[in-house]
Amino acid sequence: MTLELRGITKRFGSLVANDRIDLTFEPGRIHALLGENGAGKSTMMNVLYGLYTPDEGQILIDGEPVTFHGPGDAMAAGIGMVHQHFMLIPVFTVAENVVLGHEPTGPLGIIGLEQARTLVREISARFGFDVDPDAKIEDLPVGVQQRVEIIKALSRDAKVLILDEPTAVLTPQETDELIEIMRQLRDSGTAIVFITHKLREVRAVADEITVIRRGKVVGTASPTDSQAELASLMVGRDVSLGVEKGPAEPNEQALEVAGLSVLDAVGSPVVRDVSFTIRGGEVLAVAGVQGNGQSELAEVLLGLRKATAGSITLDGTELLGKSVDQVLRAGVGFVPEDRSKDGLISSFSIIENFVLDQYAQEPYAKGPAMQLGVGRQKTAEAVEAFDVRTTSIDDPVSTLSGGNQQKVVLAREMSRPLRLFVASQPTRGLDVGSIEFVHQRIIAERDAGTPVLIVSTELDEVLSIADRIAVMYRGSIVGIVEAGTDRDVLGLMMAGVPPEEARQEAVEHPTAMHEVEGEEPS
Amino acid sequence: MSENNDGREKPERTGAQPDAAQPDADAPSQAAAPQQPEAHTEAEPDGRGPEDSGRARRAAQAPAVPDTSPRPHPVDDGPTSSQARWATFRHEMLTGSWLLTLLAIVAALVISSVLIAVADADVRASAGYFFARPADLLSAAWSSIAGTYVALFRGSVFDYTVLTGGGVAELGRAISPLTKTMVEATPLILAALGIGIGFRSGLFNIGAQGQVLMGAATASLVGFTFVPPGTGPFSSLLHLVLALGAAVLVGGLWAGIAGILKARTGANEVIVTIMLNWIATYLVAYLLTTAVYRVQANRPIAPHVAETAELPSLLGSWSPLHWGFPLALLAALGVWWLMERSTIGFQFRAVGANMHAARTAGISVNRVFVMVMVTAGMLAGAGGAMQILGVEGTFRASSAGTIGFDAITVALLGRNRSGGIVAAAMLFGALRAGAALMQTVADTPVDIILVIQAVIVLFIAAPPLVRTLFRLPDPQRTRVAARAKEATR
Amino acid sequence: MSVSAPTRPTRDPVLLAPISWRTPIIMTVLAALALFGFALFTPAGLESTIELTGASAAWQLPDLVIGSRAAALALVLVAFALAGLSFWTAQNRRRSMAVPVVFGICLVFAFLIWAVAGNASGLPLPFLLSTAMTAALPLIFGAFAGLLCERSGVINIAIEGQLLAGAFLTAVLATVAGNAYVGLIAAPVGGALVGLILAVFSIKYRVDQIIVGVVVNVLVLGLTSYLFSTVLSDDPLRLNNPPQLPALRIPLLADIPVVGEALFNQNIIVYAMYAAVVALHIGLFRSRWGLRVRAVGEHPKAADTVGIDVNRTRYRNVVFGSAVAGFGGASMVAAGLAFTKEVTEGRGYIALAAMILGRWSPTGALAAALLFGFADSLNRVLNNIGSPVPYEILAMLPYLATIFAVAGLVGRVRPPAGAGKAYPS
Repeated sequence: MTLELRGITKRFGSLVANDRIDLTFEPGRIHALLGENGAGKSTMMNVLYGLYTPDEGQILIDGEPVTFHGPGDAMAAGIGMVHQHFMLIPVFTVAENVVLGHEPTGPLGIIGLEQARTLVREISARFGFDVDPDAKIEDLPVGVQQRVEIIKALSRDAKVLILDEPTAVLTPQETDELIEIMRQLRDSGTAIVFITHKLREVRAVADEITVIRRGKVVGTASPTDSQAELASLMVGRDVSLGVEKGPAEPNEQALEVAGLSVLDAVGSPVVRDVSFTIRGGEVLAVAGVQGNGQSELAEVLLGLRKATAGSITLDGTELLGKSVDQVLRAGVGFVPEDRSKDGLISSFSIIENFVLDQYAQEPYAKGPAMQLGVGRQKTAEAVEAFDVRTTSIDDPVSTLSGGNQQKVVLAREMSRPLRLFVASQPTRGLDVGSIEFVHQRIIAERDAGTPVLIVSTELDEVLSIADRIAVMYRGSIVGIVEAGTDRDVLGLMMAGVPPEEARQEAVEHPTAMHEVEGEEPS
Repeated sequence: MSENNDGREKPERTGAQPDAAQPDADAPSQAAAPQQPEAHTEAEPDGRGPEDSGRARRAAQAPAVPDTSPRPHPVDDGPTSSQARWATFRHEMLTGSWLLTLLAIVAALVISSVLIAVADADVRASAGYFFARPADLLSAAWSSIAGTYVALFRGSVFDYTVLTGGGVAELGRAISPLTKTMVEATPLILAALGIGIGFRSGLFNIGAQGQVLMGAATASLVGFTFVPPGTGPFSSLLHLVLALGAAVLVGGLWAGIAGILKARTGANEVIVTIMLNWIATYLVAYLLTTAVYRVQANRPIAPHVAETAELPSLLGSWSPLHWGFPLALLAALGVWWLMERSTIGFQFRAVGANMHAARTAGISVNRVFVMVMVTAGMLAGAGGAMQILGVEGTFRASSAGTIGFDAITVALLGRNRSGGIVAAAMLFGALRAGAALMQTVADTPVDIILVIQAVIVLFIAAPPLVRTLFRLPDPQRTRVAARAKEATR
Repeated sequence: MSVSAPTRPTRDPVLLAPISWRTPIIMTVLAALALFGFALFTPAGLESTIELTGASAAWQLPDLVIGSRAAALALVLVAFALAGLSFWTAQNRRRSMAVPVVFGICLVFAFLIWAVAGNASGLPLPFLLSTAMTAALPLIFGAFAGLLCERSGVINIAIEGQLLAGAFLTAVLATVAGNAYVGLIAAPVGGALVGLILAVFSIKYRVDQIIVGVVVNVLVLGLTSYLFSTVLSDDPLRLNNPPQLPALRIPLLADIPVVGEALFNQNIIVYAMYAAVVALHIGLFRSRWGLRVRAVGEHPKAADTVGIDVNRTRYRNVVFGSAVAGFGGASMVAAGLAFTKEVTEGRGYIALAAMILGRWSPTGALAAALLFGFADSLNRVLNNIGSPVPYEILAMLPYLATIFAVAGLVGRVRPPAGAGKAYPS
């Protein structure tokens, strides 16, 4: 089945998310769509999957125009999608999730659960997955959840499989396995659409590459093109794929974490006996697959969660047991993982968001009365300093783009003297320009002598800004290694393999991507 | 006082519902977009996904549905002329929230008219021979509807029928209904202010009824048990302050139960406050049968409060207006300052708009829950006290009436802002004040008031419906870019 | 750069959640309250009489007559023992529903024995249970309505209005038709109409569901009261005089001592309720319909991506659920009672509480609603035969129980994740 997009245009208000896109996906090919965050890739795929209706243009299947009124139509036409944010119902079992929407039923509409299980087992067997059909989704690790998503798509005989940023949640080794699955599917005649912004993966797996920038197709590329070429095509200018920084100069300040353990709401451990030290002037990056306790670690540092054991001392002062407010006042800057949920109040103005964690302190307030003028003035200064693009600081922060929103968070957290800076996923979802800016700011904070802790699931980010890397797996730190560690080694550590073994293993079994890594620009 | 907020209220937002703002508020502004050409739907990897993409799809399929995405400036090309300014002004007029409010009220009155006509015996009688003499039906319907609304007006605003000669005393009697409206509005303002604070802080306080009742019960108890030293104005003031203060305290504590349970155990405040309403009802009913309220002869009615505890009359004997009304206005002003200008209000609003971000910013969400509920309960308790100390004097199980429930609709109609609440309370106070005359003169049962109230609030909450009914332009479709920021506020 | 010694992932450090002592402590407190509240003060020498069979039963059992003080104390002691057992289960991190349930039954009986101590007429247990069932009916159907809506993601605060509308239409149409069964057909229509308002405003116009619910309740209360004061009051005999729905006695089963009357000598609404419980339970948890409904309530976007129309599902469920509530409203006038203003007296809110207590499951909701119905009818019965406890205090109990429940006495309850949020379409 050949799927074709012809002149697809999709607008959101004045914003043209897709501008006359022409694309063809052919059976037995892996077609990579490369573009940075916000380029319009996902919008296009949502059009293709019937989630959005295009404003102009046509979708054709084997030359015949089709109209999708919803995902149901797209699925019926043989299009399957593995969403970036899994579309699985946490409280349902694997089998229930897989058959949802096309359930095998007996009399009275009773679901044939046994048939559902068999379906899951069959597809699992075909690809060598080890998935228990009766496991609840919420109990499964993200890697397995992704396989459930793939099983879900395949159970409907998808002829075109769209994978939207599928590697974001995987270790390099898991990515390798996914690539293997993609090849297997391709060889059996499925058309694969692989959406990503990761150059390395594109070069490893794609048969053809289409680059999208600002909603338009800006060209095609070959998997043999260099990363630098792909990068400049994707961003529209030459980019340095790394952060310029000198060696760390650790000072006397320090954050010391010792024997830290944390339980989640139902009482199972999420952080286990974690210890590390960060000196002022160095960046410690915590790497790991999403959901291995890193987020909780960051939250404990801020006092958002309670620890059951251990200590957190900042320059000799114990932080554990203090309220969030006290921790912030102790000079901790914190950039949360999910800026729209935890970092900003979308309906509040930029000013209000800027003063959000100091609203009650001098000079922003005098007693119970807020000093609105002071907030306005300081916000104006910070907006200037952090290059936030806005028409008015009275606008709700939701009118800003993601990159500018993150700059507001950074501006807030960095506009006061800090003794510790903690950032979770500081560049998630940002475009390359914003990523560069954020990284520069973080390094600047480091160079000002502040201890910096970065939690990131993006290995690229970890490798480019860390001075040391702590890898977490199931709540424990597997090891703390130096900055230049090989990504395969880190990947194995992210799966729980201790550093020495990981080094050995990485040499013996390099990943497919390791081989295309050849000429990485530094 | 709260015009700055009212004017910029986003049309499809219920105001009471903090979450509603979020999926909508996502589109990048006109100005930011060209420099940062990010497809915003993709730029937000977490948290926004479902609502966002679905919303965009909806906008794509049905362009008439509001969407906050700004459109290009229609007058961008030409110079800014007076014509353009007029267009903007006219547009503001047609899409402003006050017009919607007015139309919602009109629509509610129209719908109620149908009910009034249908229930009228004459109308039904003439409907039997409609085809023979259709004019009979129309005139019967007209007389019942007009009779009802005229009586409502006479009972609540201005009774022109007493004007015969033109003396000052007559004028006083004629506007006496208006002062009665103010009296009725007093407890509504206070209770609704509390509910409004709750809504803006993300708490659904359905429990104003119980809080009003507890406040009324307390004011009565202090009002008739406490004997002030002496009889001068000072001791009266002391007694009044004590009675009012006790009511405020008890109302606050009663609501505080829900706040503490929410903070400590996560118990849903909607359920807890509903349950507390019933518990308050039975508790008061029980206490009224006991010696606490010195009940005699099995009549569950408390003694009249001492004269020293009564709220003094404001205008004299010709009007029921008492000092509670200016106090309520003062409270409205205080609440405005609290919410808009104080650090406490900032916390409240932050928790209401995004609890998670507030927590991450060091605001103790649990403490805010308790503070919000206590504040709301204090206001509602004061409302109950006004009813006893200013109007009834004696306390009985029915003293709170339906003040607490009506206050919910008042807060919704007033969009949870002080100014809006005062205006809405005056409207609903007028309905309550006029109801008695309406029932006696026009023979229309007071229950119609409930219908009017409910329909107004339903329409207010769904601006697209009102716009469709009256064929108004959709503010989003013709919005000029320069106005985008006001509208999204 | 320093490389600290790698810490191996520890296999399973003994990190367990702190033991929750809440349940055993609360049980101990309650048992102590019972002991000092009434058990100790049961006058010695009095006897408590409890009727075990109704008048119409084929096999008559003699009344149970026991020494009040001894029996009450014994039951409270058993309750203490159960509280102790609960400490033991908590210590071993086990969860048992049986212990608190038996505990509750013990305390209730201890209370009953104390309350009727020395009362000559005795406690008519079959009658008590039978009226409990009647009192529970609107709550059961209301709770079902609540969970049907909420399982699909729409919070239904308007149960009160739906019950009221159902009762109103039943009374009027049963009177006009002169047939009680016609009223039963009209009842769901009344509920569904109210549900349609809720659905349109919360789904189409995306108004906050709780707000719509509260306002719709006011609207229905106003409408029915207005029509009652005008149209119905003009001619109550021809418009508001519904015939009684006859009881259908099932032979043999209705003769079972104690519970026979309550379960098997009832009108058709009760039997419909039995069918509804079974149908709902299977429907929600075993059928395709239920899987889709729950998917929509838990994660609407995920349901959308597999081709399920989220809002259509919600519309259907809200209207259907509201019809169920309307049907329940019929039970309030089924005994041939005229409709009166606010005949529901807040039962819709209690039904909501029953749904939450029952954790959004049909069987749980049934149990909770029966409990509330029992409390209600017990209060009335005690009031009639002369109770030592004031009516108002006992009437408070269901509301207090609900507060305790939502505050976590019975463990955390988790509503459907998507409930309360409008889904754009």
